[in-house]
Amino acid sequence: MIPISWYLLLSGALFSLGVIGFLIKRNLITVFMSIELMLNAVNLSFVAFAHELNPVKGQIFVFFVMMVAAAEAAVGLAIIIAVFRARATLAVDQIDLMKL
Amino acid sequence: MLLIIFILFAGLCLAGAINLLLQTHPINSALSLIVVMVSLAVLYLTLGAEFLAAAQVIVYAGAIMVLFTFVVMLLNAGKEERTLGSFASWSVGFPAVAVILAVIASVLIKSQGLGTVHLSDKITSTQELSAMLFKELVLPFEVTSVLVLIAILGAVALARRGDGERKGGQ
Repeated sequence: MIPISWYLLLSGALFSLGVIGFLIKRNLITVFMSIELMLNAVNLSFVAFAHELNPVKGQIFVFFVMMVAAAEAAVGLAIIIAVFRARATLAVDQIDLMKL
Repeated sequence: MLLIIFILFAGLCLAGAINLLLQTHPINSALSLIVVMVSLAVLYLTLGAEFLAAAQVIVYAGAIMVLFTFVVMLLNAGKEERTLGSFASWSVGFPAVAVILAVIASVLIKSQGLGTVHLSDKITSTQELSAMLFKELVLPFEVTSVLVLIAILGAVALARRGDGERKGGQ
């Protein structure tokens, strides 16, 4: 027997780790992986709440989130390839054309 | 039994996420992200979401991570150079993360009436999910298929070489 709150706490911890990765990582691809980690953390809390409230509809929502995440990953990685082609680097410190 | 499974896979999950942050090579980060996703699939199973557990392994650990490792190898990404992060991330980012985690934890510790998970809980069958998806939610499903189609077209359009580049480059 496990309280639902443990799952939610794990989800929060994973989300925080994702945010920290987003902030400290200096490689474009690993930054993107941290975003995927955050999406997964949110999915976990969705499934936990679905178990609590309305299993079928909650899980279908997670299914849609997964679809959007797949589309996002495909487009994001294509953008990374385009950036690499234009700048020949993956270091986010050097991709600062739009920085003030 | 359930407690052991939860602690084992929650631990794996956190270890994988921390390893993702510590590794300097993108391939190692990608492999630890796969560990996170597979252990999340097991946690979905304990929550009675068998279809989502399968979809997690197939879509995330399979398709998306293959795409990631493919891009890492295609772009020949080497070790990243560690820098100390920007001033903004130290002054705003990390305190904000700490505050978010603290708020979530305090709310959860105080919360009453949240249920518990048992191993004997009802498993949501794929049949129930598909009945809901193809009867009540047909329109969102079809709209999502259009979204995925647009994403495919966008990815191809972004990743292919432009005409000018081809003439100049080769």
